[in-house]
Amino acid sequence: MSADQTAGQASATAGLSDLDTGPGRLRHQLDTVALAASTPDDEQPFAELGLKADEYARIKDILGRRPTTAELAMYSVMWSEHCSYKSSKVHLRQFGDLPPSDALLVGIGENAGVVDVGDGYAVTFKVESHNHPSYVEPYQGAATGVGGIVRDILTMGARPIAVMDSLRFGRADAPDTARVLPGVVSGVGGYGNCLGLPNIGGELLFDDCYAGNPLVNALCVGVMKHEDVRLAKAEGVGNKVILFGARTGGDGIGGVSVLASETFDAEGPAKRPSVQVGDPFTEKLLIEACLEIFQQDLVTGIQDLGGAGLSCATSELASAGTGGMHVDLDTVPLRDSTLTPAEILMSESQERMCAIVEPAKVADFLAVCAKWDVLATVIGEVTDGDRLTVDWHGERIVDVPPRTVAHEGPVYERPMQRPADLDALQADDPARLPRPTTGAELQAHWLAVVSSPDGADKTWVTEQYDRYVRGNTVLAQPDDAGVLRIDEDSHRGIALSLDGNGRHARLDPYTGTQLNLAEAYRNVAVSGARPLAVTNCLNFGSPEEPEVMWQFAEAVRGLADGCRELGLPVTGGNVSLYNQTGDVAINPTPVIGVLGVHEDVRKRVPTGWRTAGETVLLLGATRPEFGGSAWASVVHGHLGGRPPAVDLAAERSLGELLAALGREGLVSSAHDLADGGLAQALTESALRYGVGARLHLDGDPFTALFSESTARALVTTSDPKAVKDTADFAGVPVTELGTTGGDALVVGGLPELPLAELRAAWTATLPALFGSPEAAVGTVPAGTVPTS
Amino acid sequence: MVVDVVLKPEISDPQGQAVLGALGRLGHDGITSVRQGKHFVLEVDGTPDEAELQQIAETLLANPVIEDVELHLTTD
Amino acid sequence: MRIGVITFPGSLDDVDAARAIRLAGADPVALWHADHDLRDVEAVVLPGGFSYGDYLRAGAIAARAPMMRDVIDRARAGMPVLGICNGFQVLCEAGLLPGALTRNSHLHFRNRDQVLAVERADTAWTSAYSTGQRIVIPVKNGEGRYVGSPDDLDRLEGEGRVAFRYVDGNPNGSSRDIAGVTSEDGRVVGLMPHPEHAVEDLTGPSTDGLGFFTSILKAVVDA
Repeated sequence: MSADQTAGQASATAGLSDLDTGPGRLRHQLDTVALAASTPDDEQPFAELGLKADEYARIKDILGRRPTTAELAMYSVMWSEHCSYKSSKVHLRQFGDLPPSDALLVGIGENAGVVDVGDGYAVTFKVESHNHPSYVEPYQGAATGVGGIVRDILTMGARPIAVMDSLRFGRADAPDTARVLPGVVSGVGGYGNCLGLPNIGGELLFDDCYAGNPLVNALCVGVMKHEDVRLAKAEGVGNKVILFGARTGGDGIGGVSVLASETFDAEGPAKRPSVQVGDPFTEKLLIEACLEIFQQDLVTGIQDLGGAGLSCATSELASAGTGGMHVDLDTVPLRDSTLTPAEILMSESQERMCAIVEPAKVADFLAVCAKWDVLATVIGEVTDGDRLTVDWHGERIVDVPPRTVAHEGPVYERPMQRPADLDALQADDPARLPRPTTGAELQAHWLAVVSSPDGADKTWVTEQYDRYVRGNTVLAQPDDAGVLRIDEDSHRGIALSLDGNGRHARLDPYTGTQLNLAEAYRNVAVSGARPLAVTNCLNFGSPEEPEVMWQFAEAVRGLADGCRELGLPVTGGNVSLYNQTGDVAINPTPVIGVLGVHEDVRKRVPTGWRTAGETVLLLGATRPEFGGSAWASVVHGHLGGRPPAVDLAAERSLGELLAALGREGLVSSAHDLADGGLAQALTESALRYGVGARLHLDGDPFTALFSESTARALVTTSDPKAVKDTADFAGVPVTELGTTGGDALVVGGLPELPLAELRAAWTATLPALFGSPEAAVGTVPAGTVPTS
Repeated sequence: MVVDVVLKPEISDPQGQAVLGALGRLGHDGITSVRQGKHFVLEVDGTPDEAELQQIAETLLANPVIEDVELHLTTD
Repeated sequence: MRIGVITFPGSLDDVDAARAIRLAGADPVALWHADHDLRDVEAVVLPGGFSYGDYLRAGAIAARAPMMRDVIDRARAGMPVLGICNGFQVLCEAGLLPGALTRNSHLHFRNRDQVLAVERADTAWTSAYSTGQRIVIPVKNGEGRYVGSPDDLDRLEGEGRVAFRYVDGNPNGSSRDIAGVTSEDGRVVGLMPHPEHAVEDLTGPSTDGLGFFTSILKAVVDA
């Protein structure tokens, strides 16, 4: 369940303290089920909790009385956009309607989908947003985003084995970016590093539209054997409900949304809600304890506590099982003894899990927790019937059908409208923009693109992440895909890529989303892997804006159609709405993750050139396509026209060709072409190991260097004839560009570009913006102990 | 019982220096040095054994190789 | 031959240390911090990670774990011990090695492939190298800045107990570029960089780290 709180949503906490003690004459009196039944007409602050009048009426209808304050809290948070997907559900159904895939062991609806990767191994992966919390408190927001997605993967029974992060901020030189970015990066690193999970890749992009809404999307991937898959359901009357992990505090009650809420006036809410604070050490112990619990087969169902905390975990477990559950809320271990029952139900304290355990196994379960210093408490049990009941000091405060909380929330078919400005935007073709004509101008634009914050070297970020831990990282950033070994004996492995491009999606959300899918697919394919499955994180503005809703619907339709054409299942995903500042929404930003499999990970293909004297070949066809390109954006600050055409059949042919070339060992490197076109790919390929090349460009050199036509990749080989023959057979066009070697990129018609100059331009950008660790080290003179 | 732990003067304190840098950028030029430390609050049952607390502070709460420690007994 | 790897709560690179020991031809033996049983191992590796979250000081709480009392006693009697990263921090906190590791001068966690110069090729853990040899192994830490008082550092250098120095850039601001040190008898060695992450071509920047583990195999067999 997403823990992403969104700005603009009414606060789910406003006056929670008031809530429990009750408004008016209910103050100082616990609001019980009995009291609710006898005071049907008491006014309740449903609107302050984000519920619409008709939603509140439905709750009364379901219960046959007014809800208690604790019930109202549960419904309000579970029926919120981020828990109920009420605006997106009608569209997301398309993913479930895709043709069944043999690779999919567990599909949409569970915490994360599970994919068969062969040899009895199953892999589960998922991306989740933590956008708004990361804006409010960058370090903790990002850290708890990583913590949440790791628990989702753990919940499936898998050992988490790696993370990735897809990050977007406002302009790189904006003052607020200097506040948010360093905190987010150290939060992603601080949490993931401390968990012992390698960070194997991701994205870092900048655009004004994210200034008030940075995007922090975290991915986790886990591996298990088929028989170890766990599901979140409460079955077996008499089985115990065990809450384990951290104590429950006031973290994120109703969340940071209150801080950003327009209703946050001078007086403020009765109780200032706290930001969720992460404790990766506790999470590491939770992971090890869970894996030992799974190994000893001690649970019948398990669920992590994320957004909506216990409300979500108990109602989802009960709803997915036989329906009955009872919880004694006073048994929940608290960090703050002043919390009220509604607050305990809504708390988003991190590092907590909930398990369903047979009575005979409770002692063993508690023993494993004790070994790992993990606090574990029996808080209730699975009951006969179909009601979720919660008591507080012996009095009943919740008595609801759990399905109505967890799965039968409101569903909206929001009005949709094609953005009014889209025709004008698409008509504003970049063909009108002045182009470089001389060799010197072409080179200047090349350097501008690769030294722009989007194109520049990301080492400043990635060196804050541990890529080596667990010893199975085969490829990581800056390679196109992260590649992990999952079996040391069979050498089986997986590849993952995470890609998004808000500019393309803004110009055409249907095509733009397919372009993102195509890019992630291609990135996995260039590593030599066979793409298997897709996940997504859909970041959009307010669903209450018809134009945003149209963008969302188009993106979902594009992704579903694209997956159908590529023959890939969607295993799950996450939706983050209300990403906007005032009336201005972010560019629609679907972030797409593709998982692939390597039968033999030793045959992976890296992106960089290592050897001189090899032939450089371009696979795929180049057309003059500049709409939404990096060149138009960096050089002219322009966004307009049509995004590049999608050709998924060509992507598929290219993918199959790359897999064959990798298998046969015919290529020594492969790099996908995407943002920044050939100029960007040449830069990254040459600088990786400091090997230059002598190249010639056929046709218009500007188009050759900066077009972002899809279904293309750059490869190097010592056997160009064999590669060409294989490509001919696959129907993929091949262009010979030249030969590797030397310490410069020598491109016909352009001045010679020494790698040292290129490297200086490419690497200087982020340290100049966000501070150079080297400069700081320099303050400590080597060879002496500095004194202050 | 309060224990304050700070890095010894001869050990550089990059966190303190970072705060000092920030103060400079905010215009507080009069501040010439910042040292960052840790503050422990220990609650003791009954009468505290000062020697024992001193030993706890010097052997666990602080690393005597790089840190100085200061004890403050409080009664409330 | 049996080499122990101690897992503390929050240890992370214990599986990697065990893999490196296995690739060198020895048997890794998993040891649990709360036990008092060294299970007949002939040497011990303290792995990297964030034991106890590094919440008090890096390595401080682990240095006081039950198993560490046995390790300290046996190390004083000559059992070889290697501390990697957090393990190095634990050895310093336990008093088996001099100095202390503090927050990196630039305040960032940093992971990079690092060139080291081997200054002592005669310890139990470094005999596979030659004095002055350059090796490339990953470094990754947030609190890896080696510090000590000037007098202590002078004494350390005078006694030749600096085992490794950073070359081509100091990743964390360590005094005098010190990356690792050894005990007087050359049996206990600690360093911030991670030799266990440079033992396979497929996953490491080199295989330069394997020498630590082949060295100890030879040291114990020869003993």
